[in-house]
Amino acid sequence: MSGTKRETGFTFTIDGVEVKAYAGMTIMEAADEAGVYIPRLCDHEGLRHQGSCRVCTVKAGGRSVSACTQPAAPGQAVENETARLNKMRRDLVEMLFHEGNHLCPICEASGNCELQAMAYRLDMTEATRFPYLEPCRALDASHPDIALDTNRCISCGRCIRASQDVDGKGIFGYVGRGIHRRVAVNGENLADTDAEVSDHAISKEVCPVGCIIRKRVGFVTPIGEREFDKGLIGHEIEEKRK
Amino acid sequence: MSELPKARIATASLAGCFGCHMAILDIDERLIELMKLVDVDRSPLTDKKQFTQRCDIGIIEGGCCNEENVHVLYDFRRNCDVLVALGQCAIMGGLPAMRNAIMHSDAPLRECLDEAYITGKYIRNTTHQVPNDPALPLLLDEVYPCSQVVEIDYQIPGCAPSGDIIFDTLAKLLTGRFRGFEREMIKFD
Repeated sequence: MSGTKRETGFTFTIDGVEVKAYAGMTIMEAADEAGVYIPRLCDHEGLRHQGSCRVCTVKAGGRSVSACTQPAAPGQAVENETARLNKMRRDLVEMLFHEGNHLCPICEASGNCELQAMAYRLDMTEATRFPYLEPCRALDASHPDIALDTNRCISCGRCIRASQDVDGKGIFGYVGRGIHRRVAVNGENLADTDAEVSDHAISKEVCPVGCIIRKRVGFVTPIGEREFDKGLIGHEIEEKRK
Repeated sequence: MSELPKARIATASLAGCFGCHMAILDIDERLIELMKLVDVDRSPLTDKKQFTQRCDIGIIEGGCCNEENVHVLYDFRRNCDVLVALGQCAIMGGLPAMRNAIMHSDAPLRECLDEAYITGKYIRNTTHQVPNDPALPLLLDEVYPCSQVVEIDYQIPGCAPSGDIIFDTLAKLLTGRFRGFEREMIKFD
């Protein structure tokens, strides 16, 4: 963002807290800078905004919008941490758990997983009302350094954007429509692509769950000492406010 | 406090690894405090196989993988005012539920049994048969979380849940003060 644009700042409120923004900023970007955390899964720093998971849904001007794609507007009153929005977010996260095969006790991402951390933050502890879909999904261990366990994929598309926009490779892409939409690799399996373990798309930060696995480093950090064992997801953003 | 009538609790381990019952022991010396509040009825801890009277709280470890699990769970629901699912297996099926989907097969149970007893590389099974004694409980087609079989009132997450979250939740339930978990205590691993 250019220096001149920076000067045309304005303010709006999130849950009554005044937040500063500049022209072109999304609600979430302004909130992050101000130390207000808005839950999110498909959005990731440094990647193009997609607005598909809807976990970041906020109320702005009486409408439900995804905070990661909606531009901030002067004087707007945004609702974020309301019981109604958090319940909707919890239902979304719960449905993601039910749509794939998310067995936290056996998953090497447990403790580093954003889906799981979001469930913690949103108090996903009540008896479920949804059926488990338990799909049969493939495990692709063809690549010497990388494995894909698509049972855990939540189709957030972060790896797609990272591979296309950052790595310039396009290893991953969406296939299918509706509930059948899945992330697939551009080839018979991962070994047929030019994926490398050093790609940004393969890095620890990009896949929010345990789908993209870097081989031979799985339990370097033991369970109990991992990222979200140290604090709730979003705490590093909220700490900016203190 | 000591004048209060003691609450009765019961526990059972269904399709679990008994780890959650071990985790109950992780309450450590606070068990003494807890035992001042409760009497333990039917439980592997007392080795009582049947209910002697109605219980206030029933604690269930593990989901349902066979017909016996379902009967026990029904029995607990009938005999307990409050039913608590303890740990990930009771909550969502847990490790046993891996047989539901991850076998890449149209008949995951058959494939699971075949590999466990007949075709598995490291199996030494002289009968070359899947165990079929009539005394064995019939396996269900899938492993079911408790909440899909009976109504569950509370769930304590974890694999296994920490002694802290078990003690905290039970102490609050027994005194009517339970209002949900502290977020930092919620763990699915």
